[in-house]
Amino acid sequence: MGDSTQSIWQSMQAKGYSRRDFLQFCGAAAAMAGLERSAVGQVVSAFDVKSKPAVVWLHFQECTCCSESFIRASHPIVADVLLDVLSLNYTETLQAASGFQAEKCLTDTIKNNKGKYVLLVEGAVPLNDDGVYCMIGGKTAESILQEVAKDAAAVIAWGSCASNGCVQAAKPNPTGATPISKLISQPVINVPGCPPIADVMMAVVTHLVVLGQLPALDNLGRPKEFYSRRVHDTCYRRANYDAGLFVESFDDENARKGYCLYKVGCKGPVTYNACSVVKWNEGTSYPIQSGHGCIGCSEAGFWDNGPLYQHLPSFPGFGIESTADTVGTAVGLATIAGVAAHAVVTNVRKHKVIAEVHADDQPEI
Amino acid sequence: MKANAVSAGPAPAPGHPVDYRRIYVWELPVRLYHGINAVCLVGLIITGYLIGAPIRPFYAAEAYQLYWFGGVRFVHFICAFFYVFNFAFRIYWGFVGNKYADWKNFFPITRRQRQEIVDVVKADVLQVKLHGPISAGHNSLAAFIYFFTFLAFLVQAITGFALYSSMSSSWLPRMFTWIVPIMGGEMGVRYWHHLFMWFFVTFIIVHVYLSFYHDYIEGRGTISSIVGGWKFEREKSDQ
Repeated sequence: MGDSTQSIWQSMQAKGYSRRDFLQFCGAAAAMAGLERSAVGQVVSAFDVKSKPAVVWLHFQECTCCSESFIRASHPIVADVLLDVLSLNYTETLQAASGFQAEKCLTDTIKNNKGKYVLLVEGAVPLNDDGVYCMIGGKTAESILQEVAKDAAAVIAWGSCASNGCVQAAKPNPTGATPISKLISQPVINVPGCPPIADVMMAVVTHLVVLGQLPALDNLGRPKEFYSRRVHDTCYRRANYDAGLFVESFDDENARKGYCLYKVGCKGPVTYNACSVVKWNEGTSYPIQSGHGCIGCSEAGFWDNGPLYQHLPSFPGFGIESTADTVGTAVGLATIAGVAAHAVVTNVRKHKVIAEVHADDQPEI
Repeated sequence: MKANAVSAGPAPAPGHPVDYRRIYVWELPVRLYHGINAVCLVGLIITGYLIGAPIRPFYAAEAYQLYWFGGVRFVHFICAFFYVFNFAFRIYWGFVGNKYADWKNFFPITRRQRQEIVDVVKADVLQVKLHGPISAGHNSLAAFIYFFTFLAFLVQAITGFALYSSMSSSWLPRMFTWIVPIMGGEMGVRYWHHLFMWFFVTFIIVHVYLSFYHDYIEGRGTISSIVGGWKFEREKSDQ
């Protein structure tokens, strides 16, 4: 897909874009990478000469929602141009080639761009039973990942599957689905979410391409730019939370008034993502704005911390509805019953001792 | 406890009044620690439970007219800070306080302490023995259980600060940010923080009951000692 010796500007010219389009793209890309305005000139001069970075997009255990999200990025010029800019050499879902031709694309890309291509991984890698649960072209997901990651300049884990396992890794995780950061040695940019926000994906790729370096990452490998704050911290319903105005059930008056969804299980207070700032579908809305609590899809193990409409996870082994509070109340009541019984037994068994104590006060003088 | 541990002997001979000796067991810092700890813990449990299951005692049409839930959380955080520094002070006092406050009480190090645990279980819990040891300070079993409550203090403080760290830039909560990933995200941290609350509820029930139990069975001012610091011990008869 495209000649990788062309510069970004040359390839845009070949596609009929004007210089103005190119400059607009550079400006948008610089903004996405978090650069100030004075740095746009540097981006322009870089893109004038920089050749298109080769990209390999691997799909393992996933549902392709990350790809679906990615192609819906809200900045058309960035999305359009970026897909053109990137020399997307191999991606099972979008490429025209199939079979042996497709596999040749992959091996050629690795051979011709050693140490220079960007690897994007969508999906978790199953390890159980020698990885038979996800095989492409007769090879296991793990062996493909190891082979491609070895010579990659940068690795991005798209979505919760690749970042933390997501639903594939939900208990009891029958296939042994594993996040890719646990399998390869180089640093991985985790972009969790099910799917991640399209504009966040674009921005991360842009950052890599424009600056040629990894964005600042937190201790879970997530770009700080987008994952350093909780959905809750920037939620427009936050004032209702602080006031104590909560939706009690989904069809009540409080829901109509747009109160906080905390009591109907919103996981916004424990979820790090940019939904309430960047929003979805060209900034149209995000789940909480549409009246549904956050399900915490960008957090590790969100699938096992259900039920989704309950604020606290259910207590294991006591049925789906019992929370720590149900169990705690039972233990507390049992304790009260226990001490009451003990008090009764004490008065029966120790009446002599009690009598002695009382006798101390009444010397027979 | 130690040298002052005596057993309640048989009733004195008729015509011979019983003499009691005062012992200053709980020094003022220990009593203050206990009072602050009790107030903070009850405050933390009530506000913590409300944070988990909020109620709406006031009505307002618009959010700006109220700060009820924010206030509940604020009280929780204030209590938590008092509680942590109060606990840190108590650890310090375990090294400089009197022998009843000494840190060594809380670990069954000596054979005598371990024997006392067995005796307390027999006399007070199972009640297969009528007369058990009566120690001036903590009995060894109670002290050892307090050690576990100290561990629970630590769990609550660490998970609490870990949860608080995302809304704070001060150094103390920030020290615990690393807890969040190893406990499987904030959902996990919050879950354990919530679950341990019930340990304290259970502990308070048993602790208050047993204080009254000992006061009733031994008649030596166990309850008043935590206010005034004095306990009373029967003088050994010279017969």
